[in-house]
Order: sequence, then C-alpha cells, then structure tokens
Amino acid sequence: MPAKASRAAFGEALLELGAKDDRIVTLDADLSKSTMTAKFAKTFPGRAFNLGIAESNMLGVGAGLALAGRIPFACSFACFVVGRFETIRISVAYTNANLRIVGTHAGIAIGEDGYSQMGIEDIACVRALPNIGIVQPADELETKQVIAYAVEHQGPLYLRLTRQNLEPVCPPDYRFQYGRWLLLRRGHDVTLIGTGGPIFNCHEAAKRLETDGISAEVINAACIKPLDEELLLQSAGKTGHVVTVEDHSVAGGLGGAVAETLGDVLPTPLKRLGVQGFGESGDAKGLYAKHGLDPAGIAASVKKFLNR
Amino acid sequence: MPGDRLEAVARACRVQILRMLAHAGSGHPGGSLSVIDILVTLFFGRLRHDPKRPDWPDRDRVVLSKGHAVPALYSVLAAAGYFPEKLLITLRKLGSPLQGHPDRMALPGIEAATGSLGQGLSISLGLALGLKLAGSSARVYCVLGDGEIQEGQVWEAAMSAPKLGQPAHALDNLVVILDYNKIQLDDFVKKVLDLEPVIAKWQSFGWPVVEIDGHDVTQIAKALDQAEATRGTPTFVVAHTVKGKGVPFMENDPEWHGKAPKPAEAIAAIREVLGVSTGAWEDYLKTDSATRAIVDELTALEKK
Repeated sequence: MPAKASRAAFGEALLELGAKDDRIVTLDADLSKSTMTAKFAKTFPGRAFNLGIAESNMLGVGAGLALAGRIPFACSFACFVVGRFETIRISVAYTNANLRIVGTHAGIAIGEDGYSQMGIEDIACVRALPNIGIVQPADELETKQVIAYAVEHQGPLYLRLTRQNLEPVCPPDYRFQYGRWLLLRRGHDVTLIGTGGPIFNCHEAAKRLETDGISAEVINAACIKPLDEELLLQSAGKTGHVVTVEDHSVAGGLGGAVAETLGDVLPTPLKRLGVQGFGESGDAKGLYAKHGLDPAGIAASVKKFLNR
Repeated sequence: MPGDRLEAVARACRVQILRMLAHAGSGHPGGSLSVIDILVTLFFGRLRHDPKRPDWPDRDRVVLSKGHAVPALYSVLAAAGYFPEKLLITLRKLGSPLQGHPDRMALPGIEAATGSLGQGLSISLGLALGLKLAGSSARVYCVLGDGEIQEGQVWEAAMSAPKLGQPAHALDNLVVILDYNKIQLDDFVKKVLDLEPVIAKWQSFGWPVVEIDGHDVTQIAKALDQAEATRGTPTFVVAHTVKGKGVPFMENDPEWHGKAPKPAEAIAAIREVLGVSTGAWEDYLKTDSATRAIVDELTALEKK
C-alpha cells in the first residue's frame, strides 16, 4: 500500500459505507474538499449537508441527526471543530448523541498554514469529557477499519485524521478493536508508544536504536480514549521505560493519558514527546525535526532518557 | 383539550413549579412561569407522544433550549404521566433524575441536554432533518429564551434552518417559539443587549414569523396550526410573555429570574396563582385537599 493521508482513506471509506447504509450522512463547514467528504456529497447529495462556516451549529445539527437515528459524521479541521468545545460538551457528550466528530488536519504536520490551522490541543480538550471516545488511526488500512467501526459505535466519538500522507504500518491481516492497541515491534529496553503522524517515525527510530544496542518495543495507539491499559501495563512492566510520541501538545494528549494511568497503577519512568508551545509555518519535515518527532529526534530522546 | 382545561392544567403546573422550587431552595421561577402556558399547550393540546413510550421514534419532540426553565417542563412531564408527581420535590437533590438543568440521560422525556444557552436550536434542526430523512411525520418544537438568542450559535442555526434540507427535506416540521419575557438574569433585555427589531431579524433570515400573546392558549394553538399548515419552511413564533406570570409579586421583576421562593413566599405565590384572596384562603383550602397538602408540606418545610 502506498502512503495515504488518513483523511483521504476516510473519504473513500465513507463512500463505500454510505452505499450500504443510507443512515450515514455527512456534515461540513465549508471544508468538504479538505475533509474529503466532497465525493460523498457528490454521490449522495441528499445526505451531505454543508452548514457553512458555522461549526457550533454543525455540531448541534449533527447531535440532533444522531438523536433522530441517523449516523452523522461532522467534519472540519481538528482545531475548528474542537474549538467549539462547549457545544461538544453539552450537545454531544452530555446529551450522549451518537455523533462522529471528525477532526482532520491534526498536528503541526499541516505545515505551511501555520498555527491557527493546527489542531494540537484537541485531544487534551476532548479527553476531559466523559462519554466520548478518541481514535486516531495510523494508516490507510487502519483508517478504513476505524470508520467502519465508527458506524456501529454507540455513543459519541472523536476521530482525529491527518492532512499528510501516512506510511503504512499495520500488517495486512490487522483488525482494529476499540480500546486495543497494536504491538508493532517487540523489544525489552524501552516502550515507544506513538499515535497518528509520528508512528512511522517511531518504527524508524527503533531500527536506529537497534544498531546502538537498544531494543525498543513499538506500539501503535489508535485508541487514545479508552487506552489499552492491559498492553500498556504489560509493556511498561517489561521494559521499565516508556516514551510517548505524538503530533499534539505535550500537555494532555496521549502522553498525558499514559502518564495518568502509569502514575495511578504502575509508576514507570516516562518521557513525553510532542509539540512544545505554539506551532508555526514551515515544511512538515522541518517542523517534525524541530520538535524532535522525526526518527533522529525520537532516537536521540530515547537515548538521553535511558542515559545511553 | 379545550382552552379552559389547558388553563386549569397550566394553573396546576404553576403550583407545582412554586412547590418544587421552594423545596429545592434554588432555581428559576421567572422564566418557568413565563413559559408554562406554551409548554402546557404543546404537551396537552398538540403533541403526538406517549408517556409510556418515551423512545417512540415517531413522537413529536420538544427541546427546551432555555434549560433553566426546566421546572416548567418537569411539571408538565409529571402531569402527562412521564413520572410520578412525588418526584417533583426531588428537584436539584443529590441522586434525583430532576437535574437543575435538563439531562437527557437522567430522565425519559428530556430530548436533549440544554442549559448551556444557545444550543437547543441547532439540535432541533438536526432532529427535524433526521425525522424528515427517516420519512417520519413527527414534528419538532424548540423553545428559546429571549436573553438566550444573544448567543451566536442561535444565529448560525437561524441562518441555516430555512435552507437546510431544501428542497426535498425542508424543515417545515420545525416550530421555534421565543419566550419573550423581556428579562434576563442581570436586568431587562433592553438594558443588557436589546434584541429589537427581533421580528425583522428573523424575517430577514428567511423565517415566517407569527406574533402572539404567549399566555393565551387559544393564540398559542392558532400559531401552532398556522405553522403546521406552512410548507417548505420552519416557522418562528414570537410569544410575548410576562416573567413570573401568575404571581404578582414576581411579575416583571429581574430579581425573580434565578431566586427560589422561600416556603412562605411559595404559599403566598400559590394563593395568587389560584386567585384566592388572603381572607378567603383558609376556607378555600378546606375545599381543595391537594393544595391543602402542598401548603402543609411547605409550612413544615418553613419550620425546618
């Protein structure tokens, strides 16, 4: 499989699933060309609703559609849609509406558009809310399975997708399970837990570390809420060192979730890698290097963390 | 239900609102009393619903977007048989399904969590569209507060509704009723942030607007008829109301937006609602055992 953006895989999955289930509808806020629902809208014009640049209303309409038995996907950039936090809090989470909120263009990897378009606090915000799950698929294969799962899921969901292409990481026989992580590589010195954009880089970093005699276990964490406590504790217990890697603020994201669980259950030395401060314009590669999310940066942080 | 019966139910609901607020010791009497005639006319004169089947897919929906007036909705739901009347005095108490603001997951009959103002209209749009897409003939009634429409999300929804679903699924199954009691928490709406010209605003967004007295059950019913006969667009009803309606010492006073009556005040208010003079009160109570019981209960509460 060639590299593909998870938003593109999402658009393709929706087309396929939409043909089978006419309860599926899409909602957009003037970004359907970017969230990749435009093809769905062309194919099923009576089931695609562009609410204009009005994300709060889009979320509320989505909640109402869900309460009336439709299967809505409400889509915009991660920052814009989660920016309407109060509507998500009451109309979606507290109401317990089966709305699938889709935040695309997650992370600093969107690059040139700069900070105002980057969703890098979205996980932290949504994670604080009861009822609502958070899933960030790693590649095309996983995205398509996550979207198929989302159609069946009971309760609100937040799906975090990327603008940039993602290299495949999941094996061909992989089957997504809600609340389960995927062990990508076995190791015994350190556990690398990545999600979304940087997961491929975690894998590359593990290869580099191997040449330095460090055996890194690599886990793909698609489910950020609920997280896979069983695999987390098993791996942390084995390696004794955990590093989280995400294209999201270092505060409150996957790293925060892992820190909270380990702190409560199995205190383990932990290093959280992510975005420090605001994002900025630049090329995605350069931004990942600046924030230490490229293979070299991840490998260097791991070595420093292990005092090696 | 004929008009005089609706008025009798509304009177009984006003008594329950005052009773439960006195028990709770906090809450919002003013806006509950201004909206009650609208809710009673909806639930007893209009809705196709079944209290025994609150999840019936083809039921008509009421979304009380001004969620702080939920004591009014609770009194109507109890009167309609959604839950036993004795639950009313658990309002706002730990463990009660009667939350201070509506909680859909806590109580059958509540269609959406509201109370964080400005959100109920968007949900109502989604409900109306979803019902149309499902081929249901059910209708959606959304009740907005006047101060509430200062929220920006209301205007996003207002701009969207007349266009959403067109042409195949136009939202002519949606009626939005503005409880225009002219008072919000801090002060008179005019002083905080005037809404006028409110009719022209909604008309310019593409809504047909009907203007009524929101305490006249005949006018309310007529407006709902008019909305139901309207094809291709949702309808906006401006219901002029009086905050605290039915209790002279609460009427048109911003102080009673969010202050619960003390038990003695509630008893006086109930007497006013029932239109009985102070001198005739004791004699009246001998003829109305239900009210007698409520008065006794509130008297005991006063002594606590």
